[in-house]
Amino acid sequence: MDNDQPNVTADGQIMIETKGLSRIYKTRGKTVEAVRGVDFSVSSGEIVGFLGPNGAGKTTTLKMLTTLLTPTGGSARVAGFDLRKDPVGVRRAIGYVSQAGSTASEARAGEELVSHARFYGIDKHTATQRARDLLAALDLADIWERKCGLLSGGQRRRLDIVMGLIHQPKLVFLDEPSTGLDPQSRANLWTHIRKLRDEIGTTVFITTHYMDEADALSDRLLVIDKGEIVAEGTPSELKRRVSGDAITLTFRDDADARQAGDAAAKMPGAETPVVEGHLVRVHVPDGASALPALLAELARADITATGVEVKKPTLDDVFLSLTGRSLRD
Amino acid sequence: MPTILSDTWTVFSRAMLLSVRQPLWVAIGILQPILYLTLFGPLLERVASVPGFPPGDAWVVFVPGLLVQLGIFGGLFVGFGIIAEWRAGVIDRMMVTPASRVALISGRVLRDVVVLVVQAIILTGCAYFFGLRVPIWAVLIGLVLIAMLGAAFSYISYAVGLMTKSEDAFAPLVNTVALPVLLLSGILLPMSLAPAWLQVLSAINPFKHIVDALRAIFRGEVLSPVVALGLVLAIALIALGAWFGNRVFAAQTK
Repeated sequence: MDNDQPNVTADGQIMIETKGLSRIYKTRGKTVEAVRGVDFSVSSGEIVGFLGPNGAGKTTTLKMLTTLLTPTGGSARVAGFDLRKDPVGVRRAIGYVSQAGSTASEARAGEELVSHARFYGIDKHTATQRARDLLAALDLADIWERKCGLLSGGQRRRLDIVMGLIHQPKLVFLDEPSTGLDPQSRANLWTHIRKLRDEIGTTVFITTHYMDEADALSDRLLVIDKGEIVAEGTPSELKRRVSGDAITLTFRDDADARQAGDAAAKMPGAETPVVEGHLVRVHVPDGASALPALLAELARADITATGVEVKKPTLDDVFLSLTGRSLRD
Repeated sequence: MPTILSDTWTVFSRAMLLSVRQPLWVAIGILQPILYLTLFGPLLERVASVPGFPPGDAWVVFVPGLLVQLGIFGGLFVGFGIIAEWRAGVIDRMMVTPASRVALISGRVLRDVVVLVVQAIILTGCAYFFGLRVPIWAVLIGLVLIAMLGAAFSYISYAVGLMTKSEDAFAPLVNTVALPVLLLSGILLPMSLAPAWLQVLSAINPFKHIVDALRAIFRGEVLSPVVALGLVLAIALIALGAWFGNRVFAAQTK
């Protein structure tokens, strides 16, 4: 299996590459273009967030990349294998954690894991050993004999992740991993996902419609809307590119504010400042580095700000400005 | 193809383990035919003397009908299980592995057949106490016939379950198929008692011929054309069911 992977051998190599990947559904005479030719690539060792509102084409794209759905157009290489020509090769190399779950309620956790590993040709002894190690790593050491239906939401989701990792895939797809979890379980899950990459070097492709999740986990984001990739970059790049940071300065009087407004307008990349009474509002690409220079300049003119605020845009703002719609459901 | 076999075994043993842990469902499945046996069978003992009643005593006529009923219904309702598995993400989880698609459905069908054969043995054993007297080899041939029938329905039921993906759509569909099949196959009362038009309708129903075949086997007439027809139909059904089931499973990722 290793000799058929020309472009995935070391870090920095391409793990996913799509060219015009698309999917058309035909239902009752109507044609729905769920995914309209997406092109992107994911390098080995990256955590890439795939972001978009419900119905944007996230799940359809994910199902194509995991061989659960045949593309109607375009092509892709996943983990070094051609999606169309060698879906079985792709299946051997990837892990997939669906938002629907992976285990029967009546089944016992350990048995589900070992039986799943058998599909990859892993013998029972090795499977048991790996399953126990992975369960321990995800704080699930004592659930072997438990029925999956009796686990808590967070435990069951981590069990799904263990299931997706049992054959030590190089690439893992996580579909909306924290949906339905309480804040504490989410934070805990994020820690585990980061560890996957940091400690084992697994490439992680994660879909989400939660901005904070994308922000907290991803090295890079792909934003999809109406079946097309509308933006791509690191979370901070995207935020910077779209709206910049909002700086709000407060002064003793209106005269100071007007003078400060003129100074703020000269900052590199600044949008025209808005002066309201003794408040000045201005957007700059990087507020944290621009602010000290501005304050120093004002000090030379003997103007002191009485209040300073820098607000980073959220990915919600990014999404809103890209698509004109909010991500929140 | 060793992977198909080992994958089938993996799917089968997982499913079997789940069934063994839930003996209640196996018991409920057998309860209905046993109720027929105890509460309806004795009525037939009287009817057996009516003109037009087929050869053989009441039990030799009635028990094959119950066995066929068990085979049809035992198989027909397994689709509910696959809808639940699909909803829990188990089907997709198995589909993203390199496992053979044929194995994913066949392993489950194999489990259903094993459960069915166990139920059929229990039913035949109970019938013995009511007065059924049949040579053991006839029972064995009968079990093979029932196993084939159950496998065919199990394949079809899984396929339809995965096509509908909804209990609300699946349940009425199954009941609509089950009732005419049941009534027209002479399972409860032999069709030889029916008026001519009903006999014609019934002759179109392949299951009527399977019931007739099983009755002939229980009478010891294994080499009769009725038995040959029943076996051919059963083989055709299982081929059709397996083809359809595997097609639907493979189409899940289309």
